[in-house]
Amino acid sequence: MEVLIQNIINALQWGSFYALIALGYTLVYGVLLLINFAHGDIFMVGAYIAFFVVITLLGTMGLAPGVALALAVPLTMILTACVGVTLERIAYRPLRRKGAHRLYVVITALMCGLILENGNLALLGASRKKFPELLETTVYRFGDVSVTNIKLIVIVAAILVFLFLHFVVTRTKIGMAMRGISYDKFAIPLMGIPVDTIIVFTFILGSGFAGLAGLLFAMSYPVLEPYMGALIGWKAFIAAVVGGIGDIRGAFVGGFLLGFIEIGVVAVFPSTMRDLFAFTILLMILWAKPTGLFGRARHQKI
Amino acid sequence: MEIGNKLQRNAFTLAVISGCVLLIMLAQFKMINLYVQSVMMFMGINIMIATSLNLVNGNMGEFSCGHAAFLCVGAYVSSLTTVLLLVPNGILGDPLLPPQLSVLVFPISVLVGGVVAALAGILVALPSFKTRGDYLAIITIAVNYMVISGIENLDIIGGPRGFMGMKKVVKAMYDVADIPWMMIFVAIGTIFCVVMIRRYISSTFGKGVNAICQDEIAAEIMSVNTNKVKLVTFMLSSGLCGMAGGLFAHVVGYVNPQSFNILKSTEAMVMVYLGGMGSLSGAVLSAVFFTFLLELLRPLQILKWVIIPLTLVLLMQFRPEGIMGNKELTDIFPKLRKYCRFK
Repeated sequence: MEVLIQNIINALQWGSFYALIALGYTLVYGVLLLINFAHGDIFMVGAYIAFFVVITLLGTMGLAPGVALALAVPLTMILTACVGVTLERIAYRPLRRKGAHRLYVVITALMCGLILENGNLALLGASRKKFPELLETTVYRFGDVSVTNIKLIVIVAAILVFLFLHFVVTRTKIGMAMRGISYDKFAIPLMGIPVDTIIVFTFILGSGFAGLAGLLFAMSYPVLEPYMGALIGWKAFIAAVVGGIGDIRGAFVGGFLLGFIEIGVVAVFPSTMRDLFAFTILLMILWAKPTGLFGRARHQKI
Repeated sequence: MEIGNKLQRNAFTLAVISGCVLLIMLAQFKMINLYVQSVMMFMGINIMIATSLNLVNGNMGEFSCGHAAFLCVGAYVSSLTTVLLLVPNGILGDPLLPPQLSVLVFPISVLVGGVVAALAGILVALPSFKTRGDYLAIITIAVNYMVISGIENLDIIGGPRGFMGMKKVVKAMYDVADIPWMMIFVAIGTIFCVVMIRRYISSTFGKGVNAICQDEIAAEIMSVNTNKVKLVTFMLSSGLCGMAGGLFAHVVGYVNPQSFNILKSTEAMVMVYLGGMGSLSGAVLSAVFFTFLLELLRPLQILKWVIIPLTLVLLMQFRPEGIMGNKELTDIFPKLRKYCRFK
């Protein structure tokens, strides 16, 4: 029983990261119908930005760790959002203006991800970075189950982000504009809605939370390397698709589902089997429901 | 007169074949060194990868981004076949056949690798009946990860450490007769692959491939059996890629699951989109160009992987249709039509 609860907590933490990243994928896809393949690498860049921010705050300014954390969260989110918006500005927007085929945008996104990964490797070298400790790890014990405070923070953060995004998308004017663009991007400008502003806002939201995920990830697993975003990004993306891409709830559910599947596999089988089982189960879900759990099929009119 | 006409019409094909023969001759008489030979062989293999992916991504208009999975399947199957049959190994112990048969077994093993890879292609083809576009892209990525992860979990064939022993097979071939065997087989494989694809696309059945790209629903209405076309196309594409994998494994002499990851798939995609979607000659040209580029940028090490994506990003911005852009060589140089028939 204790083992089960312990695994559930681990799965919740692992799923939180997936959910946070999957939310970014889903936001951009929901508005632009674009798979932002660079998103996993934006998460990686976010972790690195968090690293440099924290080093600066702790080292050069000599702040206390608690204060540094409180400052690092908004700073990391803002800077990562800048990276995401820059990417949109220089890579995606010109293509959108030209009315290029969607495929070209997807390939551009894929290549931008590679540039971020390998550019990072070329700039900072292959040595792994050790993330400094921001929080004293306290362990709460309930019988045989132990929870660290970082785990709790991660899980709570994921849930809060989900609630916030859900509120933004369903209850605010900007959210309505987002849904409108995904519904009919030709009619929306006629209604006096600034499409580009909305799209930039979408990228700010998605990339900002990817930055938050990067910070939390670096706090939980304090070793950074340039390719850390690639695999997690792909997996989070697949999780978003299984949930039904373009739907906030889908991304959240899909992320946690993938977390549970992975931790469940590791608990029963050897850990090398993790990816194999995870991907196989996800494929089966996609076979059964090609548009994901919450996704709605877009009907093609002839 | 009749013979003269035929000669003129197939002059291009003959020129390509004689060019290959010339290269092999040069290799035989040690006029080109081993490094140049290996670049030539990679060129051939890359042509196979690019043209086979072009069949799905360019001609059929799907978006498959896990093509390296089939390369991996082909490489492993053909390596296992040759190593188990011909050289002493850790799995079966003694070889089953005398090493003199290597010249015969190797091409067969490449074909077997292709067939098994084609069967693996069904994994992607079946979901493609129901869905296309982004969702299919995910499925192909997932298949890529599944194949790599599956092979990494098979400890009997080396798991994540990779699998070797193909060097001995190649050496056994050189012991039979000292001619550049690998060059010959890669040349045959490349020509076979390009001819297969060209004949497939220009066949009546293959016209359905382009029809699906233009408009799937309309194609279905106009009596194209879309599911059958998709199944055959995916299987053909992955089968040819599997053959490329078999050749690749024996040229390198060592396979490792991680050398067939998403990066390799990305390489294949770069070649296709560089050449122009749906253009066979474009895919061939861009594969040749890309191999050269890789060799030129080799001294830059990791920066290579910044420059190549950057090239593609710029290409998408300024000439998104690629080098050739859905045209064949004959469309650009109509005079060539006298010497070859692309359509």
